[in-house]
Amino acid sequence: MAEENGGNGSSAPPGGAGGNGSSGRKTGVREQVTVLKETVQAKTKEQLEELKQPEKTQLYRSIFRVKHDAEPRNRALSVLSNVFFHLHPAKVNRDAVRYNFTWGMGGITFYLFIVLTFTGVLLMFYYHPSKVQAFRDILYLENDVPFGKLLRNMHRWAAHLMIIAVWLHMFRVFLTGSYKRPREFNWCVGVLLMVLTLLLSFTGYLLPDDQLGFWAVTVGTNMARATPLLGNEGPFGSLLGMTPYNDVRFALLGGSIVDANALLRAYIWHCIAIPLIAGIFMGVHFWRVRKDGGISGPAPIMLESEIKEEKGPRPVILKPSGMDQFQK
Amino acid sequence: MDWRQIWEVVSTPDNVPIVALLFLVPFYTWYAFRQAIANDQLIAIIGSDPGYAKSKYRKTQPWDPKWEREVHTWPYLMRMEFLVAIIITIILMVWSLTLNAPLEEPSNPNVTMNPAKAPWYFLGLQEMLVYFDPWIAGVIMPTLIIVGLMAVPYIDNNPLGNGYYTYRQRRFAIWTFLVGFIGLWVVMIVIGTFIRGPGWMWFWPGQTWDAERVDYAVNRNLDEVFGINGHWLAHLLPASSAPNAAIWARVIFGIFPLAIFFVLAGLLIHKICMMSEFSQKLYKRMSILQLVTMYTFLILMISLPVKILLRLVFTIKYIWVTPWFSI
Repeated sequence: MAEENGGNGSSAPPGGAGGNGSSGRKTGVREQVTVLKETVQAKTKEQLEELKQPEKTQLYRSIFRVKHDAEPRNRALSVLSNVFFHLHPAKVNRDAVRYNFTWGMGGITFYLFIVLTFTGVLLMFYYHPSKVQAFRDILYLENDVPFGKLLRNMHRWAAHLMIIAVWLHMFRVFLTGSYKRPREFNWCVGVLLMVLTLLLSFTGYLLPDDQLGFWAVTVGTNMARATPLLGNEGPFGSLLGMTPYNDVRFALLGGSIVDANALLRAYIWHCIAIPLIAGIFMGVHFWRVRKDGGISGPAPIMLESEIKEEKGPRPVILKPSGMDQFQK
Repeated sequence: MDWRQIWEVVSTPDNVPIVALLFLVPFYTWYAFRQAIANDQLIAIIGSDPGYAKSKYRKTQPWDPKWEREVHTWPYLMRMEFLVAIIITIILMVWSLTLNAPLEEPSNPNVTMNPAKAPWYFLGLQEMLVYFDPWIAGVIMPTLIIVGLMAVPYIDNNPLGNGYYTYRQRRFAIWTFLVGFIGLWVVMIVIGTFIRGPGWMWFWPGQTWDAERVDYAVNRNLDEVFGINGHWLAHLLPASSAPNAAIWARVIFGIFPLAIFFVLAGLLIHKICMMSEFSQKLYKRMSILQLVTMYTFLILMISLPVKILLRLVFTIKYIWVTPWFSI
């Protein structure tokens, strides 16, 4: 465009009569504007036309590297080349997709963890873990913060729902025998994740600093007093020199009563430490689901007469599922 | 019948998950058993006809030889995941809009809540406090539950039922889990939530939670029932330690009922283990370490219902009293 303009400008007749010259210059400019107008119109039309296929733009292609169509190769790649989706294999057992085998409880648990992280981070903006502020912050959140009540309700009910989902997930895994070889270790990781879920919920209970949380945590941590050897009221605890000021309950509460230190400790365990630990275990759990051969079933039925004596651990076969048809 | 009291307990916001649990656990148990029974019928058919076993698809799911064994994750699995996420979000939204999270008075160490209850998911442990001392109910039992669950895959050497619902191929394992999860965990939580009122006293549904009520239950230790007083031991001990004879007599006495329990419980479990021919085969495949671990965990597991029975029916508090701990 600029070249054309420049070309036109330089080819304007030099010299000539004054009046003529000025009128000639005027027509020259008018011509230039007309040409410019036409070119811009044509280009715009053309480029707007192109925008009707956004998947061909450079922007789109830089983000999504794969064509999004029903081609088997692209369906596989759209899962494998996406950081969030690549947790999945490219292909799964066709019967495993149905709800009746897994009940979706593991996935629901993970989704609830995400919901809880999201609402939890938002709640942290309005909360001070101190005895003076904590309860007032909840009142402020419930009465003055826009959608504050909804936020808190959602965090609490999602937490309760997550515990139920974890239990039902474990129930399903047991009833389908999915903990059996080669998934024994992943079952153990899952048990630890369940304990971490309960601890997450328990540490969160104290944070509103109301009577409910205070007495629930008092009842809960009083049991730590009775830890054998390590609690001041537990068997042999006093023989080992345990007092209310140095036993395991003191370590949990940061004091001999549920007070400011306990609140701060609950806060840090709840918001930072346990989510981090649980996150690491979750990573291992999901990784092992894949590496142990994907989800366990629905597997073909095995008969008693077909049991083979196994000697030593069965070798684990690592094969990326769904991609073998594209490998040479 | 105090309907207001029932409504008060059931509608407490934090009790709603347990009300949900009352429906969800039976529903999913039924859902699993429906599939288990269908699979068991297929097992019976395949088992009786070797030709059928070779030629047919061994699943109860719909099947056509022309179909591929696997489907693409995108869209077949991920659309389900997104759908479930949307449904869960809607449920959470409705729940959060209709029911407020509880908020009591500001915490006050001088005003004890009555009943002071742990969060609902720990009420099973709190209910256990009635039957065991805190070091067992609050520390040993939770540890045993966690370690016991983690030991399950290393104890259960039954290769059948891996990846499909079945009852017949895994009767013992499934019964154990149902007793543990539903009988000793969910039911205890339900008792702790709906039955236990002020002072952790037993209130049947519909009874008014009367904080003034006094329970005249007289609990005795087992040695008191047998009248162990240590007179006979006092003669055997040197004169300086004779005053402690009663204590030592109780310590020595307590070992017996405990040992008898371990033996009887072990025999009972062994009997149940040996009920079918198939479980006898499995039993023979187990290593000694596996056997010892399994029997220990199972004996400790049934110690809870036994103690509940002793306490609620026979009003016995401790079986074994020692100066350091009591069981």
